[in-house]
Amino acid sequence: MFAYTIRRILMLVPVLIGMSLIVFFLIRAIPGDPAQIILGQQASKEAVAQLRDTLGLDEPWYVQYFIYMKDLLTGDLGNSIRTHAPISEEIWPYFAATLELSLFAMFIAVVIGVNAGIISAWFQNSWFDYVAMLLALIGVSMPIFWLGLMEQWAFAVEFRWFPTSGRESILNPVDSITNLYIIDTIIQGRFDQLQTVLRHLTLPGLALATIPMAIIARMTRSSMLEVMRSDYIRTARAKGLRMFWVVYKHSLKNAFIPVLTVIGLQMGLLLGGAILTETIFSWPGIGRYIYDAIGFRDYPVIQSGILVVALVFVTINLLVDLLYAAIDPRIKYQ
Amino acid sequence: MKKSLIWALAAIMLLSVALAGCNSNSDGGDGDKSKEQTLIFGRGGDSVGLDPATVTDGESFKVIKNVYDTLVEYGEQDTNVNPALAEEWDVAEDGLTYTFTLREGVKFHNGEDFNAEAVVKNFERWMTSGDSGKFAYYASMFGGFKGDEGHVIKSVEAKDDYTVEFKLNRPQAPFLKNLAMTPFSIAAPGEFDKIETEPVGTGPFKFVDWKRNDRITLEKNEEYWKEGLPKLDKVIFRAIPDNSNRLNALKTGEIHLMDGVNPSDVAEIDENADLKTFFRPSMNVGYLGFNTQMEPFNDKKVRQALNHAVDKEALIKAFYEGQAEPAKNPMPPVIDGYNDDVEAYPFDLEKAKQLLAEAGYPDGFKTELWAMPVPRPYMPDGKKAAEAIAANFAKIGVDAEIVSYEWGTYLEKAQKGEAPMFLLGWTGDNGDADNFLYTLLDKDTIDSNNYSRFANDELHEILVKAQSTPDKEKRAELYKEAQVILHEEAPWVPLVHSKPALAGLKTVEGFQPHPTGSDKLTNVSLK
Repeated sequence: MFAYTIRRILMLVPVLIGMSLIVFFLIRAIPGDPAQIILGQQASKEAVAQLRDTLGLDEPWYVQYFIYMKDLLTGDLGNSIRTHAPISEEIWPYFAATLELSLFAMFIAVVIGVNAGIISAWFQNSWFDYVAMLLALIGVSMPIFWLGLMEQWAFAVEFRWFPTSGRESILNPVDSITNLYIIDTIIQGRFDQLQTVLRHLTLPGLALATIPMAIIARMTRSSMLEVMRSDYIRTARAKGLRMFWVVYKHSLKNAFIPVLTVIGLQMGLLLGGAILTETIFSWPGIGRYIYDAIGFRDYPVIQSGILVVALVFVTINLLVDLLYAAIDPRIKYQ
Repeated sequence: MKKSLIWALAAIMLLSVALAGCNSNSDGGDGDKSKEQTLIFGRGGDSVGLDPATVTDGESFKVIKNVYDTLVEYGEQDTNVNPALAEEWDVAEDGLTYTFTLREGVKFHNGEDFNAEAVVKNFERWMTSGDSGKFAYYASMFGGFKGDEGHVIKSVEAKDDYTVEFKLNRPQAPFLKNLAMTPFSIAAPGEFDKIETEPVGTGPFKFVDWKRNDRITLEKNEEYWKEGLPKLDKVIFRAIPDNSNRLNALKTGEIHLMDGVNPSDVAEIDENADLKTFFRPSMNVGYLGFNTQMEPFNDKKVRQALNHAVDKEALIKAFYEGQAEPAKNPMPPVIDGYNDDVEAYPFDLEKAKQLLAEAGYPDGFKTELWAMPVPRPYMPDGKKAAEAIAANFAKIGVDAEIVSYEWGTYLEKAQKGEAPMFLLGWTGDNGDADNFLYTLLDKDTIDSNNYSRFANDELHEILVKAQSTPDKEKRAELYKEAQVILHEEAPWVPLVHSKPALAGLKTVEGFQPHPTGSDKLTNVSLK
């Protein structure tokens, strides 16, 4: 197991190098000069040339890439062209904002999705099954942008149950310690703030949870159906075990492996792909951080931001793989 | 152990959801609980930096303008020059010496005294840097840096504690107007290293903190030199990127004021009893440019023909909801030197066809029309506007394919002259005609802002002469002459001068949007 883990971690290195190369070239392939964009339409040609020089953009590509990699190896993600701040310092608050939102959304998705899937499988072909699977089908195909705007219109503007945007009450801001506001407010015992933080999380969390919830529900259902037809389940039922335990204990454990894979993949997607949700709800997360950087051709931020997201994505996948063994003793890694 | 941890986490999460659900207060917004007057201003993006001299974007200036002052400032809603940090000034006969008497008793937010020395230090910081990538506005408004051939300012000297003397290398007619620009705000000399993120000025509000991509908080400067002002205790600039989202936040009272209102939302805002609209006086122009070095647009007759084929009134009705006026000159009427005697090309497809035939294109031709991918105040929906324009062009046989790129790409390609016809616009920096006509259409600015690549020696002579003509009347005459040439040569179809809409709660009082696009909130209060 240990050797396997080490091997997997080593395998991440070429993946990340490949990733960094692709991003490095793709962003340089888009036309648009960072210096020109930073200085705006007003700028003179001399000004642009001077800034290009300052930013090192006139160096040949391999020199630029080499410098970038050298800095990376020393843990230096570079400085943002736009704000001049070191990215390693700048990125955490954005990443934390996305992490909190993604975890919250994933929590909703897993709790509702898994249970809906189980109940649908348990009572296959019942009205609950039909309704749940219809909703799941709608959920999978739902444009998040539209859903987010509708949620906002209904629950924030019309009913005023939740705020339209942001992470916290601006007039009563959270003192950030970890930048994960749920944790920050609990540590500080500020339960009034905890409530506003949760209210801010609700709408974007629901919007973001929709697709994973639907996918998880469908996956759980089909996986459960398969397991529940197997012999050992029939035996368990014949033994007179209560159905609830048969479903939630004996079946779920075996049916959960494919569901876990889906959860892992979806979590990775949530972390990197929350851009739309972050835009609609003005969530200061990493998706928007990178998206804005593309508009400004802030090369270092795009490179390092995507690299961080990629790193998280592959790490989650690795963790999921390792979790298989923890859940199912039959799986052994060598 | 592991399991119990998971259970504990799950319990916290569940509790959280429950707590979130059972919210008691019905006001969905963040509810103003304190008696302090806090105004939250919603805008489309975050600032890039807060050092006035090094930034070039509007979002940065919006905040900077409230933290700093300039030597002279623009009027409430115009670009006439009024006293600010300088109480009065004296201009020598030859236009080469400006002597400013500074206001006494003004302090920077960090306690430093504002005096002649501070002014000199600010100018020296810009003048001697030689880095046009860093101090871009200084270089473009004052002709480069110390030692450069075109540099306008020869020296800045403190005559005594409260007298500063500027000596110029050559007269610059819009010199005072330039000094009133936000980039030339006076910062505390002791803090130059820090002001990019922690600005220190003399302005109505002090900087408190900045959460990137989210908000910037300012608080009242109790010692502001304008008696009894500012009225607000706190101002928070909040970035909400999506226009409709921002409007939603306004409706729920989460923000008090917003810019970037979609023209199509104005009617809805006017019907809402809690909201009101504001209109920024127009200091912009939206236009359709021709690449005058490319066939067939190198022929004046073709350009004139297409000028006859654009229905500006219809565009304004459809895409600006009436909040714009049709343009006939490349600069808006509020600017000194505007030539109202120029007669707009009437919308006349027959005349257009006839001119095309005279130019040798009786059956028209095929070309491209580039459409802006992003909304700008002067062009709320570039693609739709392009479609409407192309539809009329088709009627005279000009088959224009609509092309669009991501914004950065669009500008770069158009600047290089790759676009045969393109939509673009400009918002003035200092309210001076030079900032439109010379900047956008002189042969010196090809490869920069002269996207039409229009070169005309007669025009060039007039524009350069006007730059150093201090006499207001004479100068205005020169610009009027320039507009006649531009009308005849028709490097553009000037489309509109728009009045960008803002919206606010009815409780907002004293807000007057400034034509430059950044507003000083000194006189604003909440009912």
